[in-house]
Amino acid sequence: MKFAVVVFPGSNCDHEAQYTTETVLGQDVSMVWHRETSLGAADAVILPGGFSHGDYLRTGAIARFSPVMSAVKAFADRGGPVLGICNGFQILQESGLLPGAMLRNNDLRFHCEFVHIRVEHADTPFTRLCTPGQVLKVPISHGEGNFFADPDVMARLERDRRVIFRYSTATGEITDAANPNGSLANIAGICSEKRNVVGLMPHPERACDTRLGSDEGLILFKSVIDVLASSGTVAV
Amino acid sequence: MKARVFVTLKPSVFDPQGRAIVEALHSLGYGQANDVRQGKYFVLDLNVASAAEAEKMAKEISDRVLANPVIESFTVEIDGAAK
Repeated sequence: MKFAVVVFPGSNCDHEAQYTTETVLGQDVSMVWHRETSLGAADAVILPGGFSHGDYLRTGAIARFSPVMSAVKAFADRGGPVLGICNGFQILQESGLLPGAMLRNNDLRFHCEFVHIRVEHADTPFTRLCTPGQVLKVPISHGEGNFFADPDVMARLERDRRVIFRYSTATGEITDAANPNGSLANIAGICSEKRNVVGLMPHPERACDTRLGSDEGLILFKSVIDVLASSGTVAV
Repeated sequence: MKARVFVTLKPSVFDPQGRAIVEALHSLGYGQANDVRQGKYFVLDLNVASAAEAEKMAKEISDRVLANPVIESFTVEIDGAAK
């Protein structure tokens, strides 16, 4: 299958996304500059982490106006799997493809460390191979990952089972101590209403090799490969 | 026509930076500082004929771009107009 990795000025995890999908998992990958108006023949799209447009105005606020985002929206509307990682998640929020917004981490520190996240639901293209309750060890690297949404949106996310990842202990308990940034309900990642767009603050693409501390992020990419291989379509 | 836009976090949204600043003020001896909310200030230079047009455009720009309605609110002032 073919992944498209969108590259914005200031993206800095685009090569990790490429390495994971191309070198580690042997898939075709095209790097798509943000000025492009088409994603080509992509089966899945990754919006990588980084500091698009220098985080000017707000994280992800300028990237949402890049020409390629119209193509990403159209792809998502057709049910295509889209994964937003870190800054990619923030861009999806600013674009309205995912709800909520990121506040500054509640302790005002930039956190760059391994954390544990608990997979809440397996019915998204990026968690298909997971077992609900499974804990993944993945790194975070952000200063603004403090998930916020108003109470109505929070209630809807919980009711519709759209909280996909929560910060947890290594054994899967959801505690305040395991929450690195103050996110409401320990939210580390959510999905869209149709479940094909997934955003998360941790970096699964930086956890693809045990020599780098963990290979537990690979399952997100293997999941979408599995979904597309078994269905032959983008529908989940 | 100049428009001034002030963007702040909504009152219901915790402002970690404001909290850090107020704590610094307290340690400087300004115990009277009850709270600080940090925000952003923009000056727009708009090529429009009237203050009403400037206000309409500035509000639209603020809503679409300068503020994120999920977490922020804004106020607009037009140069020369007491709003």
